[in-house]
Amino acid sequence: MIIKVVVTLKNGVLDPQGKAIQQTLNGMNFSSVDDVRQGKFFEININENDETKAKLQVEDMCKKLLANLVIEDYKIL
Amino acid sequence: MKSSVIIFPGSNCDRDMDVALKKFGFKNQMIWHNDNSIPKSDLIVLPGGFSYGDYLRCGSIASKSKIIKSVIDFANSGGLVLGICNGFQILTETGLLPGILQQNKYLNFICRNVFVKVKDKQNKYFKDIKKNILELHIAHNEGNYFCSNDEMKSLEDNNQIAVTYCNKNGDESNENNPNGAIKNIAGIFNNKKNVLGMMPHPERMIDKYLSGEDGSLFFENLLRNLN
Repeated sequence: MIIKVVVTLKNGVLDPQGKAIQQTLNGMNFSSVDDVRQGKFFEININENDETKAKLQVEDMCKKLLANLVIEDYKIL
Repeated sequence: MKSSVIIFPGSNCDRDMDVALKKFGFKNQMIWHNDNSIPKSDLIVLPGGFSYGDYLRCGSIASKSKIIKSVIDFANSGGLVLGICNGFQILTETGLLPGILQQNKYLNFICRNVFVKVKDKQNKYFKDIKKNILELHIAHNEGNYFCSNDEMKSLEDNNQIAVTYCNKNGDESNENNPNGAIKNIAGIFNNKKNVLGMMPHPERMIDKYLSGEDGSLFFENLLRNLN
C-alpha cells in the first residue's frame, strides 16, 4: 500500500523559500496571499497489508529520517 | 598523529583536507563511506561537499551511511571528530551536535572570505591559538545555524559555541552575519568539546600566495595540542 507523508517547517521557523514564493505571488497580482509555507511530500510504497502497522512503520521513518524534528513537523495522510 | 578523512559520494573538499593535514604533519588516510571500520586515528574529519547531492536535507543521507556508526563510537569514546561545512551538517544529522543548518536567510549561495571570532579556547582545537579572529573561507547554501531555545541555553552554559561570524575587528553585529545563523554561530562543539562542526573551511587557507594562512594556524595548533 502507499502511505503519503507531508513534512513542513514548524510554525515560527523561518522559511525563506516560502517567503520568496509569497512575494512572487504578490508580484503576479495574487495580492491576497499573506503567507506561504513550503514543504516536502512523500509517497511510500510499503509491502504491508495492515494499514495501522504500515503507518506505525512510516511514523518511525519520519522520526528517524524523513523529518528533522528540530525544525520540521510531519503529517501522515 | 594519524587522521582519517571520510569520503561520501558527493564530497568535494576531501582532497583539499588531505593536502592540508599532510602539509602540517598528519599521517592521513582516506576512508570510503561504505567501509565498516576506521583504522586507528587521532582525528576523524568529515569533509565539505554535497554528500548524496544534498538530497532530503543536507547531510541526512550521509548520516545514515555504514561508516557513521564507527564515527559515533569514536566520538563517544572521546576521539576528535572535525566536520567542515557539509561535515558539520552531517554531524548535526547524526545527533553528535545539536541543531541544524538551514538554508541561508537570503537564499543565496555564499562563497567568500569571512572573519570568525574564536569564542572558546578550552579545547584541543583552539587552545593557545595565536589569533582571536581568523580569516577563513565559506562556500555554502545551508549554513544558517538554528537550534531550540533549550539547546541554545545549553550551548551557552557549557561554552560550546566555537566560532562566530564577525568583521576583522571582531564586531558580531547583524551586518557581519552572512547567512542568518542564530547568534552568528559559525561553529559549535559537543559538550565534551571533542567534536567540532564549523561552516568555514580552514583547509582553504593554508597558503599565503593563494589565499591566507589562518587555516595554517588552525592545523598547526591542532597538531601541537594533539602531541
